[in-house]
Amino acid sequence: MSEFSLWDIVYNLLLAARWTVLLSLTAFVLGGLVGLLLLMVRTAGNPWVIRLVRGYVELFQGTPLLMQLFIVFFGLPLIGLDVSPWVAATLGLTLFTSAFLTEIWRGCVESIGKGQWEASASLGMNFTQQMRYIVLPQALRIAVPPTVGFSVQVVKGTAVASIIGFVELTKAGTMITNATYEPFTVYGCVAVMYFLICYPLSLFARHLEGKFRHVAR
Amino acid sequence: MAYKFDFGAIVPHWQLLFDGVILTTELTVIGAVVGVGLGIMGAWARASRAPVISQIVGVYVELIRNTPFLVQLFFIFFGLPALGVKLTEFQAAVLAMIVNLGAYSTEIIRAGILAIPQGQIEAAQSLAMNRVQIFRYVVILPALKKIWPALSSQIVIVMLGSSVCSQIAAEELTFGANYIQALNFRAFEVYFVVTGLYLVMSILLRMGLKVLGNFLFERRRHV
Repeated sequence: MSEFSLWDIVYNLLLAARWTVLLSLTAFVLGGLVGLLLLMVRTAGNPWVIRLVRGYVELFQGTPLLMQLFIVFFGLPLIGLDVSPWVAATLGLTLFTSAFLTEIWRGCVESIGKGQWEASASLGMNFTQQMRYIVLPQALRIAVPPTVGFSVQVVKGTAVASIIGFVELTKAGTMITNATYEPFTVYGCVAVMYFLICYPLSLFARHLEGKFRHVAR
Repeated sequence: MAYKFDFGAIVPHWQLLFDGVILTTELTVIGAVVGVGLGIMGAWARASRAPVISQIVGVYVELIRNTPFLVQLFFIFFGLPALGVKLTEFQAAVLAMIVNLGAYSTEIIRAGILAIPQGQIEAAQSLAMNRVQIFRYVVILPALKKIWPALSSQIVIVMLGSSVCSQIAAEELTFGANYIQALNFRAFEVYFVVTGLYLVMSILLRMGLKVLGNFLFERRRHV
């Protein structure tokens, strides 16, 4: 039986926090890519594609993240894929992130005036060119603040991955609590660490909001 | 694939899911009513710019908004007993939801209050209304009306977030699902059905909040 000092607790939590950061980054980047793809097919697409994407967004925004992770974690083995908690968490969070980001970005693209589309079409641009040269550069500026803001939700979402057994910050907190019987200290430290990751992101998002306000209006 | 889906295996345990839906609903209703109440008070404190209290509320809002709900729940359920505050699973779950929604709704409602034109408040002052009267009769309803869609979304998010309360053994819907899959090992089927239940509940909740919003705000327009 070894004693845990406060430093031991903090040190072990910091080691686990690396996984929180890694999972957040992976889910955010992959989710962003999938979200961008969905945005493209939705903006270009026929009514059926639009309906499909809308259903996808509704599904992920209308169900708990925990259920999404459970379905990936328990569902994929049924079709013969053996998934580790890491793969299940990454996949689940990627889908979750893509649904939210595509919805955020849709609003940004729709806020670009119809005249911009028409003017670029009258110059003979096709859809890809319109997107690439006219719409996305403008939409991007509006999209940055809410996107950074949503990254905080992704970081917090990774805590749920602890429930399917992925050892990140929250799971490490539970394990250390079971060893030390000091839940107050341990969960306090866990909360502080999440705060230290998320608060700078929140501040950055707010800063960007102030900076880009004149663009949006 | 050899796996045969058997959704029928859930049917004998429907009572567990039914109880779970009831408890999730209870959690959500109490959490939403008290949480939004807390948010209204917090927003008032923030918007009034009373020096100390406004800052305390600001710290509370940032702390809650930048930490995961699951950690808040664990801190309340496992951590607080160290300070002598012992809570049942249900109490801890409700408290966590109130504290969480309170912070988010403070920020949302504050935006609504700040959007009230200054002329409205000056007009009320010129009618010799005191600060409480101004807040009660002039500020809060139009402010809530402005941000009702955002507040509704946040309440839905809190309802969905309550699924992690199963982790402290609060017997809500996800707890029921975990229990059933431990009985019949039909994890995928159970979670699939429960995901559907959550989807229906979130759609119903959104509709209900819309109706409530119409009732609260539209009716008074012609008074």
